[in-house]
Amino acid sequence: MNSLEVKNLSVEYLNEKGDHLIAVENLSFSIPQGKSLGLVGESGCGKTTVMLSLMRLLPEAGRITSGQVFLNGLDLMRISEKEIQKIRWKEIAMVFQGAMNALNPVRTVESQIVEALMVHEILSSKADATKRAGELLELVGIPSKRGKQYPFQFSGGMRQRAVIAMALSCSPKVLIADEPTTALDVMVQAQITDLLQRLQKEMNLSLVLVTHDLGVVAEICDDVLVMYGGVMAEHADSDSLFNRASHPYTQRLLQAFPDIANPGSKLASIPGVPPRLNALPPGCRFEPRCDLRIAGLCEKIQPPVIQISEGHSASCHLLARGDQHD
Amino acid sequence: MQRRDYLLKKIFFAIVTLIAVVVFNFFLFRILPGDPVKLIIHSPRMTKEAQAKIRQNFGLDKPVWWNQEEFLTDGLVGGLDTQFTAYLVNLTKGDLGISFANRQDVSEILKERVWKTLILIGLGTVLAILIGVGLGMLAAWRRGSRLDTALLLIGLFTWAMPTFFFGIILLMLSGGIFPIGGMVSPGLKPEDGLKYWLDIGHHLVLPTVTLTILYMSEYMLIMRSSVVEVLSEDFILTAKAKGLNAFQIFRDHALKNAMLPMVTIIALTLGYTVGGAIQVETVFSWPGLGRLMFEAVQKRDYPVLQGVFLLLAVSVIIANLLADMLYAVLDPRVKPE
Amino acid sequence: MNTKDKIWRAFIRKPMALVGLGMLLVVILMAVIGPFFAPYDPNQRVDVQPSDILAPPDAQHWLGRDDAGKDVLSLLIYGARVSLIVGFVSAFFSMLIGTVVGLAAGYFGGRVNNILMRITDFLMVIPDLPLMLVIVSVWGRGLWKIIFVIVLLHWTYTARLVRSQVISIKERQYVMRARSMGASDVRIITKHILPQVLPLIFAQAVLDISSSIIAESTLSFLGLGDPTLISWGMMLNFAFERAISRMAWWFLLPPGIAIVWVSLSIILIGNALEELLNPRLKTHHLFDPRRMIAIQAPVESAHSESEATG
Repeated sequence: MNSLEVKNLSVEYLNEKGDHLIAVENLSFSIPQGKSLGLVGESGCGKTTVMLSLMRLLPEAGRITSGQVFLNGLDLMRISEKEIQKIRWKEIAMVFQGAMNALNPVRTVESQIVEALMVHEILSSKADATKRAGELLELVGIPSKRGKQYPFQFSGGMRQRAVIAMALSCSPKVLIADEPTTALDVMVQAQITDLLQRLQKEMNLSLVLVTHDLGVVAEICDDVLVMYGGVMAEHADSDSLFNRASHPYTQRLLQAFPDIANPGSKLASIPGVPPRLNALPPGCRFEPRCDLRIAGLCEKIQPPVIQISEGHSASCHLLARGDQHD
Repeated sequence: MQRRDYLLKKIFFAIVTLIAVVVFNFFLFRILPGDPVKLIIHSPRMTKEAQAKIRQNFGLDKPVWWNQEEFLTDGLVGGLDTQFTAYLVNLTKGDLGISFANRQDVSEILKERVWKTLILIGLGTVLAILIGVGLGMLAAWRRGSRLDTALLLIGLFTWAMPTFFFGIILLMLSGGIFPIGGMVSPGLKPEDGLKYWLDIGHHLVLPTVTLTILYMSEYMLIMRSSVVEVLSEDFILTAKAKGLNAFQIFRDHALKNAMLPMVTIIALTLGYTVGGAIQVETVFSWPGLGRLMFEAVQKRDYPVLQGVFLLLAVSVIIANLLADMLYAVLDPRVKPE
Repeated sequence: MNTKDKIWRAFIRKPMALVGLGMLLVVILMAVIGPFFAPYDPNQRVDVQPSDILAPPDAQHWLGRDDAGKDVLSLLIYGARVSLIVGFVSAFFSMLIGTVVGLAAGYFGGRVNNILMRITDFLMVIPDLPLMLVIVSVWGRGLWKIIFVIVLLHWTYTARLVRSQVISIKERQYVMRARSMGASDVRIITKHILPQVLPLIFAQAVLDISSSIIAESTLSFLGLGDPTLISWGMMLNFAFERAISRMAWWFLLPPGIAIVWVSLSIILIGNALEELLNPRLKTHHLFDPRRMIAIQAPVESAHSESEATG
């Protein structure tokens, strides 16, 4: 059973001048219960927008123009604000990017977890909720008595773990982690990644991990969705993506990562810059930076989604013509 | 631990400041050119008893800081037999001297007037805070709207307007509906019960409105920018993601954070509130400490001037300390600088 | 095009700035050349008849006459000088002293900082108006004495501001580099730190002009103005004592309106400058140095943590 199913999601932003900036276009994906999906892409490719849209947390300037988001069968786009408030955190929770400031600095860490528990009536007495908050903190490796402290008294890694504990407090079915390891040092990154993996298995969570770090994705994600310029570039299970990447962008991305087996090889970066949202090309979004482009086709027409094999698809004209590239 | 250190430091500083003010107060009236006490004591208006009392009070026959003669005969105690010591001793006894103008005890005069100023400032400030905070939240909520712009313009004007002039304008505009000045209509006494208190209230309206409007816009602007800033913080998004509704988000997350700068501002403006009270009481002849100060200036009644100044300065210092303590309660991140 | 020209051009584009500038120009003209055009010379003795006292406006006296029979319009024109002189001179000295103190405290830190900051805090805690009243009544009236008390109380705001700026600049890379190359303190201060701080000081000084003008008018209103000069505050003092019962609005309102006019003009200019020179300060503290400090205080302690951890 798919715990999360996104169909044809499109999101735009309105800027001060009234321009419509299309941040996400026609995105579809699904996640079975208990599996993890890595959402990968450069900064500004729309990953965070997608995640905020799932929970209808877009800022005022943002608008979901079309699409459906099924959470265990219920279309979140169709329900009222009141109803989604009940669902937020309880069925689907999020760990934000830059969790440094995700916690209210003038309230104790514990009280903020207690708040989540009591708002969703997981527990009705404050004493019980406080106890449970302590248990949750222990679960992520923080001594429960530190819950009485304030966020500024926690280290960066601890704050991130506390935020994860808080996110899991209501035992959601889906957990979204938006760049959970960015801005943390490498040792701490590993701790967090391990923690997420462990919790996911223990609680049979569906995990969506938004990141630009392919290494983390390789470690813990079952499936991967690569985004570029607001659209899907490639969607595959982890194994297929890393070994049989089909979209030119994915291929370049993989090349750009240092290969530990081949330390002397040159790091290949992708020349050019991501597309500006108010100047989107009519054709393939990646075309300006693609060295496999087909002149006359790629820049004019958006590539269709091609099914390469079971659970592996990519949007590229090259594939449509049957040209496979390694 | 941090918080405790912060508070201790603040208390210590307050005490040091109080001591400094007390010394400064003495210094001001003795050292500055035109030693007023010496001038007045020879004024023909003074009766012999009053002169003797003043001489005794101020210890004018004694040296100012250090008594070398007596030190030689009586040691340290003798050395300290000075005007300054007399001043300090009197202070601890609550004796602030006697008024040059009407020969009353200064402390008596102050006692009589204090509560009148407290009513005025208290009412004015509380109203200003309540209305200012409320409007500020409203303006932040409806940022960019016409209400917001209107409030910003009002803020602009009240900052450019001297307090006393605003009082004069209100006085002229109210023509007849409210009394021109004073606290109570002649003839009414506390024994008249409700009528008396209502009459006071009637007299209280204009001066209070003057203070309230001027200070309210100050608080409103701060609250507005504070709320706007807080609402853009990450933890507000987290709160929303947790499924809290707008009201809960505001009450449990935004409010406390937004109030922090407010507390600081209130503390900072306490000194100005006192200045405002002086002006308002003068314009509306409200018989409080402010008006007393104005009258003392006019009559050159230095003991009264000194007494009022001391009282006002000490009050503001203590009020600042209380505000610092309140801030520490609200924000656990405070640290001693 | 150097920075000054750039700032000027951006400044001119703001409507707020232009309005303020225009308003200020009117007052400056009034002060400088007004006396030549004033219908009467208020310093000259006039023979007055009882009916001239507080006479309402008419053709010869556009704003009527005051309690001594003098022409209010002329008084108003002459009064502009005092306000502008006190405003600009006070702000200048406040800026000067405040900058020196702030630089010393911020740069040298340690005991120098502690002593200077204690003095600053002391002066800031004491309520302004009572202190000014007390000093002027004991010392005596006079223009320079008024300027002195205003400066005494106002330099502290600049000092605080400068100090916090210096502290943050001091830790920046290019300063540390200069230090390690052996640059002297004076050189570092004048060449690296001062240029950064100057725009901030300047904007603050402009705003200080308006609060100085208001301070002078308040002192004059309360009877402590310079008796040898005409000032708007003093006009209001006389007006309030003598004209209020007769509701002589022509005498009561113009001086006050003039004070508001000039303060407003400076606030508009100062605010426009603030926005230009300090776009970083997210919360536009609008025309008040006190607010600037308040907003900086909590922000300092709140965000220094998160900035450190990134």
